[in-house]
Amino acid sequence: METLIDVRGLTKAFVLHNRNEARIPVLDDVNLSVAAGECVALAGPSGAGKSTLLRCLYGNYLASAGAVCIRHEGAWVDLARAAPREILAVRLRSLGYVSQFLRVIPRVSTLDVVAEPLRELGIEAAAARTRAANLLARLHLPEYLWHLPPATFSGGEQQRVNIARGLIAKKPVLLLDEPTASLDVANAGRVADLIDEARRNGTAIVGIFHDTVIRDRLATRLHAVSTQPQEIPA
Amino acid sequence: MSPLLRVKGISKRYGEHIGCADVSFELHAGEVLAVVGESGSGKSTLLQLLSTRIASDTGSIEYQVTGRGLVDLAHLSEAEQRWLLRTDWGYVEQNPRDGLRMNVSAGANVGERLMAVGARHYGEIRNTATDWLQRVELDAARIDELPTGFSGGMQQRLQIARNLVTRPRLVFMDEPTAGLDVSVQARLLDLLRELVTDLGLAAVIVTHDLAVARLLAHRLLVMRQGRVVETGLTDQVLDDPQHPYTQLLVASVLQV
Ligand SMILES: Nc1ncnc2c1ncn2[C@@H]1O[C@H](COP(=O)(O)OP(=O)(O)OP(=O)(O)O)[C@@H](O)[C@H]1O
Ligand SMILES: Nc1ncnc2c1ncn2[C@@H]1O[C@H](COP(=O)(O)OP(=O)(O)OP(=O)(O)O)[C@@H](O)[C@H]1O
Ligand SMILES: [Mg+2]
Ligand SMILES: [Mg+2]
Repeated sequence: METLIDVRGLTKAFVLHNRNEARIPVLDDVNLSVAAGECVALAGPSGAGKSTLLRCLYGNYLASAGAVCIRHEGAWVDLARAAPREILAVRLRSLGYVSQFLRVIPRVSTLDVVAEPLRELGIEAAAARTRAANLLARLHLPEYLWHLPPATFSGGEQQRVNIARGLIAKKPVLLLDEPTASLDVANAGRVADLIDEARRNGTAIVGIFHDTVIRDRLATRLHAVSTQPQEIPA
Repeated sequence: MSPLLRVKGISKRYGEHIGCADVSFELHAGEVLAVVGESGSGKSTLLQLLSTRIASDTGSIEYQVTGRGLVDLAHLSEAEQRWLLRTDWGYVEQNPRDGLRMNVSAGANVGERLMAVGARHYGEIRNTATDWLQRVELDAARIDELPTGFSGGMQQRLQIARNLVTRPRLVFMDEPTAGLDVSVQARLLDLLRELVTDLGLAAVIVTHDLAVARLLAHRLLVMRQGRVVETGLTDQVLDDPQHPYTQLLVASVLQV
């Protein structure tokens, strides 16, 4: 299968200029390749740098050194060097990210929050809403919530909205930070079904899954995050 | 693809005092740039330089004039500059009273900009004005009222309608949500976000509110003492700031 993520020598340290220039080294020489149809689970203790790695893969954190290449429209884009406009273009068509918490946009209805990534790709409003409704139905989000903004929803409801928003545009590369963390077993299972379906359809996935049952079900491979990087077969 | 606006090394001194110094950036069609920084850092000065309200001491500002390519604004005649400001550009003032004509009706405030681009048919102008009042969520029945009777939030929405009615390609906004109640702010922000996306506007928005920048802007320019200290993708600058000043700015806000 085609490689869609290629990370070479990624190093990330935070320098806290206003705390006596304290330097927090987090990632040291990370190498990671992920092909279409793979789901790589990042493993490591709290504070090891799993979320930091995921954010570097999204261009949200700036790499201190190394290359973070994402396959975009038949070419490689190195997010560590790309201009903001290029990063946004990669995100628009090729790179999805589901954060742990939904960042709510005031006043926008759930249906439109979920449909937005399709609208950004130029898909017409009615068609985008229909697909959003189908996805929300599969995630068992009660229909009476669809027309409300998600601001007042419970943690688990917001998380399902977030997942739907992250999956709807079927981007070839998908990054997931604890997508099932606030869900009960039944809902976590439905979310896992959708993620596995995306992978089987060729999405390259990198995820952080605290729940080992979910992780074992979804991951095709584990990647240990620590200062001594190594690959462990699943 | 060449940019809509290309700014190279512009500066403005007020006597010995620096208003803003050596600012360079490019803006593409449909891109929203937020300018953030503490009070007195030169944000408004920059906006006034960009919109040719004041002249730059150094450098150049080039703009993509329809049919002519990138043109140095200094080479445009005063009439051409005025034409840009009235039609192809918008300028939303922090205080709506500075951007509206307070002694004519809400409808006339919107219609006036249309007439500047040659609209003459009274009925059509009124229909378009009505349409725009509704788009910014103002009651169309108040079209003949003076804006003096409007609340601050309503005046600000009217100012936005007045600016957008000519379908400008580039809009400058100086603290468009400052001075409004929090709930009014949220509504205005939503509206701006919708309009900017629907119309594919390019915009330079000055704000001291990082949450506003996060919601509206693709890119961020952080200013301090007249200079740009950091620039980049909005979420990257806010979540992983590199410059000491940006780190302080982000840390001093509870959650953005
Ligand atoms: N924006 C930031 N600025 C400064 N330090 C940061 C930043 N983001 C993360 N860190 C630091 O990087 C280290 C790794 O954090 P990270 O969130 O990546 O860990 P994690 O492996 O995801 O942990 P958890 O399992 O608890 O979520 C921590 O020491 C954290 O404090
Ligand atoms: N017309 C003027 N004459 C003299 N000094 C000026 C003039 N306009 C601005 N300045 C000075 O230039 C500096 C930058 O001012 P500017 O209005 O651009 O700041 P700002 O970043 O918009 O601040 P704020 O957030 O308070 O609006 C300030 O020190 C200000 O006092
Ligand atoms: Mg984490
Ligand atoms: Mg100002």
